[in-house]
Amino acid sequence: MRRKVYMVAGYNTISMGTGRKEFNPKKERPGLEEYIREAGQGTLAQIGGAKQVDECVIGNFMASRFNRQANLAAFFPYVDEGLRYKPAIRVEGACASGGLALMSGIKSVLAETAEVVLVIGVEVQNTVKAIYCADYLAGAGWFKNRKNGHAYFFPGQFSDRAGSYFEKYGREKTRQALARWFRNAIENARLCPTAQEHQNSVDDLESLAMMEPNGKSFVDHLNIFDCSKVSDGASAIAVVSEEGLKRCGIPASEAIEVVGWGQMEEDITRLPDDPTELSTTKQAVKMALASAGITRDQVGTAEIHDCFSIAGLLCMEAIGFAEKGKGADYILEGNTARNGRVPINTTGGLIGWGHPTGGTGVHQAVTILEQLTGRAGDAQVTIPADRPYGLTVNMGGDDKSLVSIVYKLGK
Amino acid sequence: MSYEERLQHVSVLGAAGKMGSGILLLTAVEMADISLKPENKGKAFVLNAIDVSDEALAGVIKYLKAQVLKLAEKKVVALRKVYAGRADLIDNDEIIGQYIFDVISLVRTSTRLESAYDSHLVFEAIKEELEIKTSLFSKISDNNPHEPWFFTNTSSIPITRLDEGAGLKGRIIGFHFYNPPAVQKLVEIIRAKHTLPELEAFAQQYAKNLRKVVVPSHDVAGFIGNGHFMRDILYAAAEVERLGKDFSYVEGVYAMNKISQEYLVRPMGIFQLIDYVGVDVCSFILSVMDHHLKEETLHCPLLDRLLALGVKGGQFSDGSQKDGALKYEKGRPVAIFNPATKAYVAISEIQPTVDEKLGPMPVAPPWKSVVGSKSKDQVLTGYFNQLKVATSLGAVLARAYVIQSAAIGRQLVNSGVAMSENDVNTVLLTGFFHAYGPINNYLG
Repeated sequence: MRRKVYMVAGYNTISMGTGRKEFNPKKERPGLEEYIREAGQGTLAQIGGAKQVDECVIGNFMASRFNRQANLAAFFPYVDEGLRYKPAIRVEGACASGGLALMSGIKSVLAETAEVVLVIGVEVQNTVKAIYCADYLAGAGWFKNRKNGHAYFFPGQFSDRAGSYFEKYGREKTRQALARWFRNAIENARLCPTAQEHQNSVDDLESLAMMEPNGKSFVDHLNIFDCSKVSDGASAIAVVSEEGLKRCGIPASEAIEVVGWGQMEEDITRLPDDPTELSTTKQAVKMALASAGITRDQVGTAEIHDCFSIAGLLCMEAIGFAEKGKGADYILEGNTARNGRVPINTTGGLIGWGHPTGGTGVHQAVTILEQLTGRAGDAQVTIPADRPYGLTVNMGGDDKSLVSIVYKLGK
Repeated sequence: MSYEERLQHVSVLGAAGKMGSGILLLTAVEMADISLKPENKGKAFVLNAIDVSDEALAGVIKYLKAQVLKLAEKKVVALRKVYAGRADLIDNDEIIGQYIFDVISLVRTSTRLESAYDSHLVFEAIKEELEIKTSLFSKISDNNPHEPWFFTNTSSIPITRLDEGAGLKGRIIGFHFYNPPAVQKLVEIIRAKHTLPELEAFAQQYAKNLRKVVVPSHDVAGFIGNGHFMRDILYAAAEVERLGKDFSYVEGVYAMNKISQEYLVRPMGIFQLIDYVGVDVCSFILSVMDHHLKEETLHCPLLDRLLALGVKGGQFSDGSQKDGALKYEKGRPVAIFNPATKAYVAISEIQPTVDEKLGPMPVAPPWKSVVGSKSKDQVLTGYFNQLKVATSLGAVLARAYVIQSAAIGRQLVNSGVAMSENDVNTVLLTGFFHAYGPINNYLG
């Protein structure tokens, strides 16, 4: 890389929605602008204020429908008056919007147009019931397929993938692995105060998640515990150069360094060649690891895109942690747990922490920053010295828009 | 005439009322689902919502819209298939909107009885008065060339009396929904002496399609539901009187309400239930039953006294509870009406004294924790075993209440109102949300 790129000063709002005790769908709640402001100010406070910022990027998927709001870049001056008349941009790539916002920041730093970029990812989705939420989120797929798709469009897509996987590799063990995935997600979320499932107190999570799917009211092969929830939330982080670090007065040891990435798109009009594989994810991770010059065996922790438990399982195979068809065994052997071989989604991931769609990519970076700098609080895992790298996988649509980034602790 | 043809032209009398609007909703949805089948394309479906005033009917469409929206949101997976051929309907939002439109399009509001002259089926949910009902039925029957079938929602008047009074020759059946019809799973079906077999078969099919739990009841005033409930009221009111030596009226009402709810593990105390249904409605049903049941006197001076003072209970149009025998805050009883002073006495004032008189209460599981529980039987057995041996006044009153409730149930079977003990229990479990049927072995 032509210059070093770091990330510092992460901030997450609470992921709000069902599961949080303070959430009441019948009462008025903070709007999109309040989430943007809270996250933005949270990061600005750690870097010495808006005066340090050269550029801003906001990642968001569907505020145009959830909140009837576009032109989101113009909310930066609302975050802080010091951002008035500074360049800002909004990027969109469905649930990978946050990852794309990070990439946009990284490229600004590499292009030397900015030393400090404020990046925010946000989505406020509880403005409508889940059944209408499904309509809006379906925008991540090809609209021409919507008519013949399931009422719950994306759960339908991933239910089909799960169905194919069950058929090919066995249903019982796979369902058990998905239930384990849910349990790990919730147990990790309990350790993170901003997680949507932080207050979850169910005793036997795996039996709960073994509930038989019901295609009459939902989808054929997944139940609600296989799905990430409807979330309101925002995350922010600063993408900076070495000079930017100095400007903000932050030592590199409190930052993470971007050491490689894979960013790519697949044709949105194409059906998956193999429904039991996340082919684009596989390519993107491969590219990220190659550009970082590392192998997956050097990864100490990963934040991956488990919008559905089956997506989490398939991602383990796409990264190569598990062989094709062995994802269920990999999970059931405990490898993805917080004390496992490579702890996955240490603050709960999309199922446990929450999935404010456009914010998720940024949230992943904030979690890796916390883990690699030893600031993850109760959720802290041990990062082995011989496996010092953090990996993120942020996916938009059904394996269409991909951003995978490799990080290490700055020095 | 097939089931579907029968449902092509329907009228609901009393469509603006609480029961009528619920029946209208369920029927509109059933008719819409039939009309949306591909083979019924182009056929007309008409549902007349008939009531006495335009003002009352204005609220009906609003009610339908809100209710069909809820229903449609729940069954959108199926609705997407129904509208699969409609290329213009893509989002769930559009499909739900179209469905609401299709349901409401069937409904014509009307204040004229003549609207029912073309109907094949007439639902009736009007005032509980024999003469009014029979006069409307005979008017429709005389002017309607289709020999329509009548479904009456009466909860107390014998169906045979309606049949004979209106000269329907068996074209009537009792189809008694519980309140609110859209939510309550129970339906009592009551055959009149001459009810046509094909009409009964239709009623069974209709109930099945609405996913109702059907309990057949013999054609005896009050049927099973009110047959039990009204006698339960009479018993509780008589107990208040009997307690009069040691308890004031207000204390007695508090005590019996508490016994019937907490000690008996029921969803509501008896006086709260009276208010829920309405003091006036209860009193009226009693008078109808009293009129038709010659061998028994069904009369409640306590209710009459309240009614004379204008204490009515019942519900506001949003479903919240009006003050009646008890006064409510956020749906919970907080005071009791004292007829002597014509004022409410706060429960907090009398509670300590009465609770002390009732004595230590066996630890009763709250109704809510029992009703849906898988270990319900085990929990109740444990509780009643305690109640069996407790010596406090409260326990004594509770045991007597349980025994009386069972006796009422058995009386309904023995006098031929209910076909079986199981049917009585089903009505109380399903229609009154009791955690256990009145006929049981908990007290051995």
